[in-house]
Amino acid sequence: MVVDVSYISKEHSDDVDAVAHGVTGILAVQGAFAEHAAMLDRLGAPWKLLRAAEDFDDSIDRVILPGGESTTQGKLLRSTGLFDPIAAHIAAGKPTFGTCAGMILLAERLDNDPNVYFGVLDATVRRNAYGRQLGSFATTEDVQTFAANGDSSGVISDFPLVFIRGPFVAEMGPKAHVMASTGDNAVALQQGNILATAFHPEITDDTRIHEYFLSL
Amino acid sequence: METTRNELNKNLAQMLKGGVIMDVTTPEQARIAEDAGACAVMALERIPADIRAAGGVSRMSDPAMIKGIQEAVSIPVMAKARIGHIAEARILQAIEIDYIDESEVLSPADDVYHIDKNEFAVPFVCGAKNLGEALRRIEEGASMIRTKGEPGTGDVIQAVRHMRTMNKQIRELVSLRDDEVYEYAKQLAVPYELAKFVHDNGRLPVVNFAAGGVATPADAALMMELGAEGVFVGSGIFKSGDPAKRAAAIVQATANWQDADLLARLSENLGEAMVGINEDEIETIMAARGE
Repeated sequence: MVVDVSYISKEHSDDVDAVAHGVTGILAVQGAFAEHAAMLDRLGAPWKLLRAAEDFDDSIDRVILPGGESTTQGKLLRSTGLFDPIAAHIAAGKPTFGTCAGMILLAERLDNDPNVYFGVLDATVRRNAYGRQLGSFATTEDVQTFAANGDSSGVISDFPLVFIRGPFVAEMGPKAHVMASTGDNAVALQQGNILATAFHPEITDDTRIHEYFLSL
Repeated sequence: METTRNELNKNLAQMLKGGVIMDVTTPEQARIAEDAGACAVMALERIPADIRAAGGVSRMSDPAMIKGIQEAVSIPVMAKARIGHIAEARILQAIEIDYIDESEVLSPADDVYHIDKNEFAVPFVCGAKNLGEALRRIEEGASMIRTKGEPGTGDVIQAVRHMRTMNKQIRELVSLRDDEVYEYAKQLAVPYELAKFVHDNGRLPVVNFAAGGVATPADAALMMELGAEGVFVGSGIFKSGDPAKRAAAIVQATANWQDADLLARLSENLGEAMVGINEDEIETIMAARGE
């Protein structure tokens, strides 16, 4: 379902000027950023869109990298100057959540693309791993969560996974933990305060992964 | 949650939002478009300006040419079928195209009926001049809408007219009492359920892009200002003096359309824009194809 009409022009949550910290910055150079904004509004969490480097102010403690085209977003991260503040945010160990293209931007390695963007997620991710749009699909799986020491901290059961020309994890290193798999492939990873999903929680009605992200 | 194919197809359009979809005729152009930041490409043998210049019947592109472009880039690849040409659409589905544009840019194959897009697994985008056309295409199964504009002219006036018309009609529909929606649906010649969706939600039930006549970063920013959720650029890029630079500038202008300082910088030294044709100088009004 498309997001509410108000999100075509909405740049931040209503309360964002009143809060000094705890704002989620949503990368808004291309893709389904409004869907994440709508999700955060449902949860009552302050957010603002990140369109230019100056939008990344001291209030921002969390970052969401939305779905879209990773090649487009990668170019615009550079031209807008948003790459450096987001890279610094991730390097500081602050909560970061990437969905689909966002997972690609976070990966240390891509097995079918020479580009590397933030390069922090200890995994090799395969772009368009399920093929073209005819390979897009939806399914349901349990999603695990992990404590800082890597121990399992809970299960989000029966979560709807929607893949749109999505990637999967082809190989992973020891730093990342598998949150969810479907078939033979890992499709969601947690590495400390980084969450990365190959699917799109933001286009479902289920807020639980966003709630978990806000609890980090 | 049961997610149908139609929902997955609408979801792909959501992922394209805020992006620029560029017409390309060769793998090399497709790579230039991808490198410039296009979120998808439209593979076609001749861009609209050349179709207009050549005249005659314009058809679906050679599948071999489309496959060459699919192999050249990692972003979604779209291609055009003629209005009502069920067989061309099936061929495009057989080569696993990411989106079919049932397009007035090509010569219509049917002057009465559009393709029943609900019968297909691949998504369709269709052009519309107004809310009635948009909702009729959605009822037929389109999972994305674009303005028709007037392709191949470099004249943005029709895209502006279509976007303003559609959004004005949406605002009118929103303002009605619930019991007045039935009559409005009848006037638009659209199903009541879709009119009711627009009445309740203030928008189309699918993503809506601008297309037809966009030639400059400023044109792209104008269409975003008027409520487009992204932009198609046809002839405007590869008919210009410096396609790579213009393509990148239009991508940035679409992403940051509110930033006039940036738009000013992006508009500098772009080289020659495509030669424009004013709407009153053209003989074939493509936008009139398919109501």
